[in-house]
Amino acid sequence: MRALLLAVLVALLALAAAAPALASERHPTLAELESEIICPTCHTSLDQSDSPIALRIKNFISARIAAGDTKSQIKSKLVAQFGEGVLAEPPKHGFGLLAWILPIAGIIGGAVVVGLLAWRWSRWRGPAVAPAGAPLGPELDRRVDEELARFD
Amino acid sequence: MPKQLKLGAQGLALACVAGLLSLLIWKLAHQPHVPKGSAPNFTLPRLDSSGKLQLASLRGRAVVLNFWASWCVPCKGEAPLFEAAWKQWRKRGVVVVGVDSQDFTGDARRFANAYGITYPLVHDGAGKTKDSYGVTGFPETFFVNRKGRLVGHIPGALAKDDAGQLNQGIQKALES
Repeated sequence: MRALLLAVLVALLALAAAAPALASERHPTLAELESEIICPTCHTSLDQSDSPIALRIKNFISARIAAGDTKSQIKSKLVAQFGEGVLAEPPKHGFGLLAWILPIAGIIGGAVVVGLLAWRWSRWRGPAVAPAGAPLGPELDRRVDEELARFD
Repeated sequence: MPKQLKLGAQGLALACVAGLLSLLIWKLAHQPHVPKGSAPNFTLPRLDSSGKLQLASLRGRAVVLNFWASWCVPCKGEAPLFEAAWKQWRKRGVVVVGVDSQDFTGDARRFANAYGITYPLVHDGAGKTKDSYGVTGFPETFFVNRKGRLVGHIPGALAKDDAGQLNQGIQKALES
């Protein structure tokens, strides 16, 4: 019973997280697409550009939103016209996939290194020191006596 | 920190710096620049008809490559010059090719209709061909001779009274 409740809770949380993304996909706004599309001539996002082609693309996006296109459909039409370079985020295949994998691999690798270091440091006991009062060897004992005898 | 771990971290840091340096060198080496010698080949979809046009298929003819876009204001002024040159020189083995870059195909076709363009037009949406010619703005024009070599370049718009400059470039492409 407890497991079932937990599963329902997880499903509800996942649904709550996915709902805004779904709404954005079905009913995109010009503002969010402006930040996800790159101006082909100035290589900045559309919201940072007033170049002629950026203005033309903004008009195109507005027209497609009014026509009821989804975000993916609008992006696909722009990619068909200008290539994948028009998308602000790199493609999830080919060489572009590296841009997705490397940061995650870096974070995981960094976490592993930090974890390893923390583990080693927690086991660090400092340099080995001979316990106080440990007996000296007979040879060393004799030499210490000789040295001390010089001061008498 | 143990010596081996320290060495590993130093090696990793060095590898990161070397990687970033390589990226910088690669980026600098791939800056757009006007090519010399052979004209970079391309195969692009046609705007004025179906199918594709390959530059190499025009070997044996002199080619005028005009890079333009419908949103480029100076391109409107020079379009009639290229149409006139196409009509004047085509019988002598000259082909004018309009390379529409970083533009909507619909806008480009409307532009072609508005200015009565009848010479072949191709669409370079992503601008890769434009980059291979080192084009940094619109319009720019290149002249390719019958052997496929670049023999002239006009980095800017032609005014109405610049027909002589255009004809000179074509003449050079035919004779070299």
